[in-house]
Amino acid sequence: MAFGPFLLLALMEGLVTAAVLSLAAVGLSLVFGVMRVVNVAHGEFFMLGAVIAWFVSTMVPGPAWLAFAAALIVAPVLVAALAAMVDGLVLKRLSYNPEATILATIGVMYMIQQAALSYYGPDARPVLAPFSWRLQLPWFGYSGYKLFVVLAAGLVLLAVWLGLTRSKAGLVMRATQVDREVAQAFGINVGLVYRGVFALGAGLAALGAVLYVPISQAHYLMGHDPLLLSFIVVIIGGLGSLRGTLVAALVIGLSDGVISMFFSPTLAKILATLLVGLVLVFRPQGLFGAKE
Amino acid sequence: MTTTSLFTPSRRRLLQTAGAGLLTSAMPSYVWGQAAPLKIGFQLHRTGIGASYGRWYERTTTAAAAAINAAGGIAGREVQIHYEDDATDPKRGAEVVEKLAGPAGCDLIMGTLFSHVVMGSAPRAGELKIPYLVCSEGYHVASGALNRWVLQPGITDVRQQISAMAPWVAENLGKKVTMIYPDYAFGHDHRDHFPAAIEAQGGEVIAQIAIPPTETSFTRYLPQIPADTEVLYHVMVGPAVLTFVKELGEFYGSGAKPALFGFIDSLEAVDTASPGLEFLEGSHFWEGHCRAKPADAGADETAYRAAVGVDDNGCSVSDAKDVSTYAHMFSCWETLYFIKEAIETSGYSSPADRQKLVEAMEAITDLPAGPERPQGAMVFDGKKHQAFGVQNISKVEGGKLVRVHQTTLEESLYDNATDYTALSF
Repeated sequence: MAFGPFLLLALMEGLVTAAVLSLAAVGLSLVFGVMRVVNVAHGEFFMLGAVIAWFVSTMVPGPAWLAFAAALIVAPVLVAALAAMVDGLVLKRLSYNPEATILATIGVMYMIQQAALSYYGPDARPVLAPFSWRLQLPWFGYSGYKLFVVLAAGLVLLAVWLGLTRSKAGLVMRATQVDREVAQAFGINVGLVYRGVFALGAGLAALGAVLYVPISQAHYLMGHDPLLLSFIVVIIGGLGSLRGTLVAALVIGLSDGVISMFFSPTLAKILATLLVGLVLVFRPQGLFGAKE
Repeated sequence: MTTTSLFTPSRRRLLQTAGAGLLTSAMPSYVWGQAAPLKIGFQLHRTGIGASYGRWYERTTTAAAAAINAAGGIAGREVQIHYEDDATDPKRGAEVVEKLAGPAGCDLIMGTLFSHVVMGSAPRAGELKIPYLVCSEGYHVASGALNRWVLQPGITDVRQQISAMAPWVAENLGKKVTMIYPDYAFGHDHRDHFPAAIEAQGGEVIAQIAIPPTETSFTRYLPQIPADTEVLYHVMVGPAVLTFVKELGEFYGSGAKPALFGFIDSLEAVDTASPGLEFLEGSHFWEGHCRAKPADAGADETAYRAAVGVDDNGCSVSDAKDVSTYAHMFSCWETLYFIKEAIETSGYSSPADRQKLVEAMEAITDLPAGPERPQGAMVFDGKKHQAFGVQNISKVEGGKLVRVHQTTLEESLYDNATDYTALSF
């Protein structure tokens, strides 16, 4: 294959990776930003979103897009409800202590994972894309749905950004993020904000998973990679910074696409990890994070 | 004080007797003698990436043990299978071997599939001097890389699969081959042996594409496939295989594409008619044991399917969506019968006889077809610690695997310098 089309394919693949990364990471970033909770179970909320999408796709009759649309609503709502429960039963009781919540969410991670193994099973199962349009270029073919994922990721990020900056709820969240005590003094129900943010973060992970699952498949161990990559993205971008998350996802995604095609995928992973190390050493708050 | 006797029993005594009677009537039809049960440890991939296989390995082994017990057990002893989850993880695998050999008090261990778990566990089995019978199809046993306590009597290895099938591939599909394989032990067996096998047929491997085992997206590797490839030889494992096939379909689309030859390992426990797998239509697969029951299948095949609970399509009889790992799981059944034969000929009675048991296993040569070997006849090479047998090539027709060729047992044979019998225990 000639250089031009090769680069084009690398960039397209990189964009898709960036889209998936940002969808997976945005919830994690939000939860950390507002609550200062490192949610290790985030990847499992992602996995649950994909698994619920599979259940919905088997239960909703009719065309694939109908089941997909149903999953887009059902999965985030169910996962958000579960997250709200986790907040009430676990995180709140630990007073959102950073160390304790890390350990607790590790426990939650295993519980969700093993529950999925028990009730969903060990098999990887496919979920149909809402449409099967395929882009045929002169050199290679490409999935039209993957391009749709890029578009959808952009829309989701835009919606989150608008919500945070233009709505009352966003204002309350930002106020809580800046100073919890002062926010409380101004009559903001911080407990409610925390529960809402944790549910929102998990719901966003599930939404990302519903979008992602047609280009992959639903599997009970699939939460591991998104969690790891989300941490990479969030550390580089700056915990709690939406803009940082987007920029880091683009940097990691595109470099992963290009480097792994022209050199090797292992080198791409090495460089991403190295970048994390460098950021932690020289700019611990991340590229766009605010200094404590 | 109330006195009780045999004729005027107390209420408690009466209840105890009645309860004991009820329990006795609930016992299995075969009543065991004084001999203690034979405990066989099973290293099971119950969780982790091998969990689909693990589920069916457990079902097959439980069915085989039930069949053996119904027919009088092994050397008159009841067989008990002690399953222990290894999470499909090499480190955990070695711990499982320790646990089964030690606290669980097993006589021997069997059942491991994934090659990295075998590699992680086999040295520990050798140190603990306990027979370790794998159902893995890796070349690691016959290559001589392991130790005298490790045997693979129930399934053929990758090297013989390759040498038996390469002539058919060269003759029917094409001579210019590109290989795609996972970049670890199992994939390396293919990488190392297929090029020589295809060159012997006048063909050549024009590209080898190694993919990291944890990869989840494959489109980026596909441009490396040379345009003049006639056959794409793919051996992927793990849950991402559906993505692999789907992306292959998207990449080639309606344009010209090479013939596909793959190993069913990729699609074990996966319905070949799944959405996204349409691209496989017309392609060929190696199968150790044919998932869809061939038209000429005999009574042994039928009885085996019934015992394990698999229908003629290779799915669970209780759930048609539950696809079995049919091409591999027969190895558990056949390994258990191999153990039975070795224990009965060696006169094994306790773990002190383990060395004698391994020597008896090494002396076995002929493994004829029958109820014990529904997959077909095999021969066992005591020096290589490896069984040799027939291979099947199936074609995907209408989303279903249909056998189009079966190799002979002789085509599987190869020679190497491995001689485990020369090693000390």
